[in-house]
Amino acid sequence: MMHPIVLHLVQAGTVTMPGHPLAGTTAANLLGLLPLLPFLGFVANGIVAMTAKQRANAAGESVVTTARHPLVTALGPGVIIAAFAVALVIFFGMQSVAARAPGLLDAPYISAGATWMHVGNLNITWSFQLDQLSILMVLVITGIGSLIHLFSVGYMRDDPGYARYFAYLNLFVAFMLVLVLGASYPVMFLGWEGVGLCSYLLIGFWFNDRANVEAGKKAFVVNRVGDFGFLIAMFLIWSTTQKLDFVGAHAALGGMAGTSAVMAIALFLFLGCAGKSAQIPLYIWLPDAMAGPTPVSALIHAATMVTAGVYLVARAAPIFSGAPEASLLVAVVGAVTALFAATIALRQWDIKKVLAYSTVSQLGYMFIAVGTGAYTAGVFHLVTHAFFKALLFLGAGSVIHSLHAAYHHTHRHEDAQDLRNMGGLSKFMPATFAAMTIATLAIAGVPPLAGFFSKDEILSSVFARAQSSPLANASLAGVSGSVVLYGVYVIGVLTALLTAIYMTRMLLLAFTGENRTGEAEQQALHEAPAVMTAPILGLALLTLIGGWLNLPKVMPVGPTGLLEHWLAPVTGASALKLAGRGEIAHQTELILIGVAVAIAFIGIAIAFALYRKPIADKAHASPDTGLAGVLAHAYNVDAGIDAVIVRPVNAFASGFLTRGFDVVLDRTFSVGGGLFSRAAGLVGNRLQDGDVGKYAWMVAAGAIVMLAAFTLA
Amino acid sequence: MINEALIVSAILFSIGVLGVLTRRNAIILFMCAELMLNAVNLSFVALAKLHGVTGHVFVVMVMTIAAAEAAVGLAIVISVFRQFGTVEMSALRTLRG
Repeated sequence: MMHPIVLHLVQAGTVTMPGHPLAGTTAANLLGLLPLLPFLGFVANGIVAMTAKQRANAAGESVVTTARHPLVTALGPGVIIAAFAVALVIFFGMQSVAARAPGLLDAPYISAGATWMHVGNLNITWSFQLDQLSILMVLVITGIGSLIHLFSVGYMRDDPGYARYFAYLNLFVAFMLVLVLGASYPVMFLGWEGVGLCSYLLIGFWFNDRANVEAGKKAFVVNRVGDFGFLIAMFLIWSTTQKLDFVGAHAALGGMAGTSAVMAIALFLFLGCAGKSAQIPLYIWLPDAMAGPTPVSALIHAATMVTAGVYLVARAAPIFSGAPEASLLVAVVGAVTALFAATIALRQWDIKKVLAYSTVSQLGYMFIAVGTGAYTAGVFHLVTHAFFKALLFLGAGSVIHSLHAAYHHTHRHEDAQDLRNMGGLSKFMPATFAAMTIATLAIAGVPPLAGFFSKDEILSSVFARAQSSPLANASLAGVSGSVVLYGVYVIGVLTALLTAIYMTRMLLLAFTGENRTGEAEQQALHEAPAVMTAPILGLALLTLIGGWLNLPKVMPVGPTGLLEHWLAPVTGASALKLAGRGEIAHQTELILIGVAVAIAFIGIAIAFALYRKPIADKAHASPDTGLAGVLAHAYNVDAGIDAVIVRPVNAFASGFLTRGFDVVLDRTFSVGGGLFSRAAGLVGNRLQDGDVGKYAWMVAAGAIVMLAAFTLA
Repeated sequence: MINEALIVSAILFSIGVLGVLTRRNAIILFMCAELMLNAVNLSFVALAKLHGVTGHVFVVMVMTIAAAEAAVGLAIVISVFRQFGTVEMSALRTLRG
């Protein structure tokens, strides 16, 4: 016999949307387990980290370390793999329901949750939303997350903060799942802030180095600007519709398309996206975020967290499709960011900086897609980019790990991330080289790899919309949408060319030619252990076949448009609003594909021409002068921001707030208060001299004063 | 009649207050305090003519408490004398803060 309250709780989780075909199924019942599993992992690993005792490290010294802690090794990746298994069960549950009859899953499944806040008619619950978009994101997060957690077991095994690392990484996955599963803006915002926190903690993971701490702080502060936009957007949504859940708010805002309120909401939401997804002008934190451990860069700063902005635009598609000007702005910002970051990546020597600017550039591509209403293309590129960019980062991590070990071996202090210290690594790390080559070809856009299909779909969607669509009829700052979209297309093609160049450059510098690491160090260079190469090869496989998710219609073989079909209930209507029914002719589409492939090969050829002749050693590398210097220093944007914003704020804070305001307040209240009470104490001390007669006088005088006061009043 | 009684009461009270403020001998301080209490008693009795028997009740009450207070107070004076050898209040300064 179950207690009535327990019964009520059990039912609350299941029998909530009696009309929905998913209600009561295993898929719906398991939903809450998704964020819970990583969270429990966080708690367990956190306890291990907090209660760490002195142990012997690899060198035999007795230090406080959790390196290679068996419980952490089991639980850290274990909970994520378990969450991935749960996600698969839910996905196949949805598949089986969808297969029963078409249209069954057109409405999202919303789980009931306990009340979070209830004030007046504002009632926010801990509800999760299960639909085609959220389960796709969950699969990407837990799937790639599992591989990266496994990689981390090898990468971080000798780190004293092993348990702390996995605690943070588990917590990140938990918050990321809350972000994509939340059924309302506030719940999503909670995840949004949570992943920001974990990002901060993991960027500054090695906090003994001041630069890492500064980088973490920078990421946090820059993200605050974006979060401010997200918050304002939420306030606006609430004040316009009195609703904050996706279904209700989007239904209400859908009927207000074209109004300035919808426009403002879309713009403020995009400010939030620009912060989280590192778009101009808020991209500056992402290159610095590479200070964290490399698997963190792979998971958080390439595959998942930074794509949250793209997810948000796709999730809020009904809002953005109601504001075509805002959508055009999203596309333009994406295009400018893509080109800008790609040019910087051309002249970076730090292997992780190349990948960081490449990530910013590829995120720009995704915003081009979602900005032009090609939500499927944007999400498709999000998924394929997660495959190949995670692969690139893990490969880079494997290289750095090897070089670091080599320099550690000979006690030389050289930069393990500098491309000028690499070269010829294909001899030492063949598996990593093979995987990195696949990823480089994919990101350059060589068919039939994943990146080719997603990038091509973005570019052809932009072209199609530029030809004729409701979006082309809108205008941005007086320029017609059609012109804007053709411009975005040209920038996109140009960026694709640069992408092919800088990625091939990185690959050639790191893996071909003579080795520049050092004579003694070469002995210590080695392929990474299996626990690190296995995830790399897994991602390489995904990169090879990822394109099958959404093959273009002109493909002669294979299933076309799987993802398009799958996401149609979520974003189909919004995409239609911006894109219309116009399709480009097959002839044109084939030409576009031809252009994309040609661009990729031209880029690779240019890179070969420039970097085939390997540099002999660091001193022979071409110096960073002129334009190369400008690019190597990333257009000096950081210095500019330092001069325009950071230093004036610091000067204001120390000059006025600290030395002026704070000191005056201190003098008045703390120093002044102290003086006053000391003076009062001196007087009181003199009065209370033990002479009872004097006390009597004072009582009498007081009585007379009071009598006088009462009488006169 | 009441006016005269109240004037006498005020004079007695003022003498008591002045005594407490100016004299330093503990016994005399006591006598002055008693003087103030009895000044109040006199005004109670006088005003009872206007406001009924409540005033009389208060007088009996005050006399009782004054007796108790005198008993306790004189006992304290005797202990003070045993301790310090004097009952001059100006000589007793141990309450100094």
